[in-house]
Amino acid sequence: MRAAFERRRHLLDFAVRSLARRPTKNLGLVAIYALVVFLVGSVMLYGAAIRREAAVMLASGPELTAQAMVMGRHEMSRTTDVAALKGLRGVRRIEPRLWGYLWDSAGAANYTLMVPPASDGAHALAKGEAIVGEGVARARRLAPGKMLFLVSPAGKFLKTKVKSVLPADSALVSSDLVLVEESDFRAFFELPPDVWTDVAITVANPREVATVAEKAALKLPGHRFVTRADMTRTAEALFSWREGLALALLAGALLAFAILAFDKASGLSAEEKREIGILKAIGWETRDVISAKLFEGGLISGLAFLLGVIGAWTHVFFFSAGLFEPVLKGWATLYPHFPLAPTIDALEIATLAMLTIVPYMAAILVPVWRTAAADPDAVMR
Amino acid sequence: MITLEGVTKVFNQGRHNEVTAVGGVDLDIADGRVTVLRGPSGSGKTTLLTVIGCLARPTTGRVRIDGEMVSGLPERFLTEVRRRTFGFVFQKFNLIRGLSALDNVVLPALPLGVAHRSLVDKAVGLLEHFGLADRVFLAVENLSGGEAQRVAIARALINDPAVVIADEPTASLDGERVGQFLAIAEELKRTGKTVLMTSHDPRITEAAIVDRLVTMADGRIVEVAP
Repeated sequence: MRAAFERRRHLLDFAVRSLARRPTKNLGLVAIYALVVFLVGSVMLYGAAIRREAAVMLASGPELTAQAMVMGRHEMSRTTDVAALKGLRGVRRIEPRLWGYLWDSAGAANYTLMVPPASDGAHALAKGEAIVGEGVARARRLAPGKMLFLVSPAGKFLKTKVKSVLPADSALVSSDLVLVEESDFRAFFELPPDVWTDVAITVANPREVATVAEKAALKLPGHRFVTRADMTRTAEALFSWREGLALALLAGALLAFAILAFDKASGLSAEEKREIGILKAIGWETRDVISAKLFEGGLISGLAFLLGVIGAWTHVFFFSAGLFEPVLKGWATLYPHFPLAPTIDALEIATLAMLTIVPYMAAILVPVWRTAAADPDAVMR
Repeated sequence: MITLEGVTKVFNQGRHNEVTAVGGVDLDIADGRVTVLRGPSGSGKTTLLTVIGCLARPTTGRVRIDGEMVSGLPERFLTEVRRRTFGFVFQKFNLIRGLSALDNVVLPALPLGVAHRSLVDKAVGLLEHFGLADRVFLAVENLSGGEAQRVAIARALINDPAVVIADEPTASLDGERVGQFLAIAEELKRTGKTVLMTSHDPRITEAAIVDRLVTMADGRIVEVAP
């Protein structure tokens, strides 16, 4: 037992000394390796964190949304449609909603204008008041008490006083949001009093969402019904697509790393082979050589992985993934600024390790095993 | 006693560049004696040395150590025999650059799991014995040829082998260093070790410590004296 421990200790010690013999080469390798882990890790950690964030925020939305459809396109719902849904079993609350998009040519940004639902007392507004998202406040340099002027495509003006700015922790879905009072909204978009953008339906028992959707569809055949699960899946698909896009952009770095690994796998240098031959000649077994080389590879990949993951974690959770923000976050030009809750996702870390450490260790193992398994004389020749 | 029976070694067998380096050698190497293989370059003496030292397997024939046939052993057992029986001093010393003299000397013993302190003490003791007390922590590439050879000898002795094998030990040494090497070889013989060398250097082949001189040519033994 003690001899086995001492053996491992000696081999580890040899691996450290062996690495120290080529400090420039090995530090360079660690730096490149850590950079790859940092880039891939940033995208993966950010993608996972933003999907979590979206799921948490969508969890507070309505279980079901009804949207009128005409020729496959979203149309306005009528007050009569809302009335048709009243009394449906299993429905706790029905709230018609008003929202729409506005292109602000001055700010070169797209805003989402919305009327806060009647049940949302925290965001209740009086005529002439507005609550703005964090991105809008940033773009228009707004603060509570300041005036916000908007111009509709038809040339209508809306002059509102900012009541408050929405908190940054909801910025993923509220960054470009402008909440206004109902009569201001209708006047601005020239909407008659009996139309609504869609209808939010709150279901008493979340397990019955599908059943309620089926029943509601019978009542309003011209509407489509989008469940919260659909919304969550869409958000996940969107951010996964963005994550994939970012990884595709990083393909160059990954390719360089693959070439590095292939270079390792395709053979050892003459010097490395000679050293393995010497070790075998003076009495090392094949497993001793492999152990020492795996210790070397483990130290390099472990250090690089640690540096890369710490860097990626810091980049994502403390610097909001500044390098990938335009690709991974938001839409239009108002990228949401919000802090992600720092978390350690063991599955993400394990996946990252599988993507980076395992190929590298395999790339080391194969040529070392091939060389170490040969007769020492043949290797030294 | 090391016994060779009809040992041949063929390189690139079956290819157009096939070379028979050793052809049908029978030889007994007695314990506790100094045996020298001599012959011109290309005579097969270094190849025969690697076969005897279990660094390479014979193409045909058998190698026995104390009656036990070792040439057919699987790799793992062959390594064990090599580690327990032989200590090697290579022609170009084959020290690992970038490591200190001490680190090189302890190398053969690392996989044995010997306690660190006792291993270092033994290695330092060997280096001091060979007059290298002030070179213990010096990287081997900074040593002179004679010093490097003595580090290689210390490395060969760290596992206390029964047989010390030296390939052309004086090839890169001046006259004074040759004398030092012969003194070490004599000391090894005195302590009961078997010493097996290859050389075509008359200062070695004609030295008084040599008990047996084996002359090779074209891969075969042409003379054994006495």
